[in-house]
Amino acid sequence: MRASTRIIAGIVAVVLIAAAVAAFAIAWRPAIAAIDPPDPQSFDTALVKRGRDLAAIGNCSDCHTPRGAKNFAGGLPVPTPFGTIFSTNITPDPETGIGRWSEAAFRRAMRSGVNREGQHLYPTFPYDHFTNVSDEDDRALYAFLMTRQPVRAAARENQLSFPFNQRLAITGWKLLFLRHDTYRPDPKQSAEWNRGAYLVEGLAHCGACHTPRNALGAERVSARFAGGDVDDWHAYAINDQSRSPVPWTADALFAYLREGWHPDHGTARGPMAKVVSNLSSVPASDVRAIAVYMASVSGTTPGRAGPSEDALTRARTASQTNSVGASIYTAACASCHEGGRPLPYGGVDLGLSTAISSPDPRNLANVVLSGIDAVEGERSPIMPGFAASMNDDQASALLNYLRARFSDQPAWADLKKTIADARRTQTVFLQTSPAPRNAPADPQQREKP
Amino acid sequence: MMTLKVNGREHQVDAEADTPLLYVLRDDLKLNAAKYGCGLGQCGSCTVIVDGKAVLSCVMPMVLLEGKQVTTLEGLGTIAEPAPIQRAFMEEQAAQCGYCIPGMMMRAQALLQKNSKPTDEQIRAELEPHLCRCGTHMRILRAVHRAARLMDTADALPAANGSAR
Ligand code: FES
Ligand code: FES
Repeated sequence: MRASTRIIAGIVAVVLIAAAVAAFAIAWRPAIAAIDPPDPQSFDTALVKRGRDLAAIGNCSDCHTPRGAKNFAGGLPVPTPFGTIFSTNITPDPETGIGRWSEAAFRRAMRSGVNREGQHLYPTFPYDHFTNVSDEDDRALYAFLMTRQPVRAAARENQLSFPFNQRLAITGWKLLFLRHDTYRPDPKQSAEWNRGAYLVEGLAHCGACHTPRNALGAERVSARFAGGDVDDWHAYAINDQSRSPVPWTADALFAYLREGWHPDHGTARGPMAKVVSNLSSVPASDVRAIAVYMASVSGTTPGRAGPSEDALTRARTASQTNSVGASIYTAACASCHEGGRPLPYGGVDLGLSTAISSPDPRNLANVVLSGIDAVEGERSPIMPGFAASMNDDQASALLNYLRARFSDQPAWADLKKTIADARRTQTVFLQTSPAPRNAPADPQQREKP
Repeated sequence: MMTLKVNGREHQVDAEADTPLLYVLRDDLKLNAAKYGCGLGQCGSCTVIVDGKAVLSCVMPMVLLEGKQVTTLEGLGTIAEPAPIQRAFMEEQAAQCGYCIPGMMMRAQALLQKNSKPTDEQIRAELEPHLCRCGTHMRILRAVHRAARLMDTADALPAANGSAR
């Protein structure tokens, strides 16, 4: 070996070793000492109560309490493009939950996605948002979780393919995408707006569903709130690209997030049903703050003020060219959606439905096939599912008809495949997702027939 | 005119494509077991079986019934020879006013055809779309379990009557 080659080889070796050391230094996180599970009585009750509200805003139970399972005991399969990740047990069980986690360990998990033992957590746990949560709020959340019923339930093994099954890969992801300063108070805005921004960008992690993700599963900063995917549903664009026929206002958003429906927009369902169910029980001021902030994000896009002028002409052509769809609509849909009964007992005016003007037909397919279940213990919107009455051709005829008649958007492509998928995935979704069940904070709203 | 197959017989009916099946059953064919409760798909009293699946006939347009086999409660059994599901509901005295019962029986029948030993949980989940204003839910539950047992024994006998299969 000539001297120069040796020198080059030497340099390469040094660089490689340095890189490995650097990678190790970045990747390595020490374990935080295990503690004896704290006595639930040692937590201040006011703090626990605040933690409860924060956990509802964070929608923690959606992932950590699958249908039929014990509260916060984990085990929900979360399908990702990289494989299936299972939510973990966040009850204070010392062996299988977070019973031996100190508050510092909990805060580190929230802020940088590392568990007590020092392992990196997959970003299905949305620490890219939770990193914005204040120490104070983390303390309240910790107090709330540590005072829950401990449940013995070991985490299920994630099913990921190489290289995603290597936790080291998460370090790379964090280097690229974990930003610690996505929320900063804006002194030019009101305190309410700032409170909303803090919640939306942090604990409420709205972008986790409503912002599209890149190939590595990170939210695309350039497309904030432009609409994303969740559980085979489309999370609508809630920025200025919203397809809502009537623009959202802070008041409408507040009512919708609080009650689960709004006469100008329709009913929350799918994964959003759980979100509004949780939000119905937290302080109204926080929901209002979220509404104020989000209304400013979505801006006052003109939208389309109701069905456009030539709706009638289109309706006539639509029914001539699609008589099957029109007949189904008349018998199955019109009795509620044109019955003149107000929401929540009557159906939304379909000209106002975002599901029908959305570029993505999945939500409409899901709801037509599976309907909207009544919420236990309250009088809430309800719609029967039509999966047993229609085959895929008939369902696509109906969806095509609705699209032509109630939106000014072009026909959807590949509708039959969407419907076939919806048939398959909704069965699974309905079996695993937690049922929305909280009573609304203001029952008056739903009591009025 | 279109052909509608109900309880194994073909009927020529004069109905529009968008007429709900319930109207045709009750008004034209005089099959009155399926009840009109809400007409909005929200109470379940109009439930019948179409090709093995329970559907709400008040929101089921005729256009969707081309080539399909409709079964109503009348098709399951007779007064002289009630089907297992009917016997079970009688034996458990599950009906109070009885308005919801035909719908309940039809969905329970469809359930038992695909799952011969449903759990309590499964029966409750399945019958969730059905309202009973009289509150006989516990008896209805017992009746469905009883029907499952009856069908089990009936299956062992030759030529069981009243199957909607
Ligand atoms: S009458 Fe059909 S569901 Fe009520
Ligand atoms: S028995 Fe009267 S409604 Fe059920």
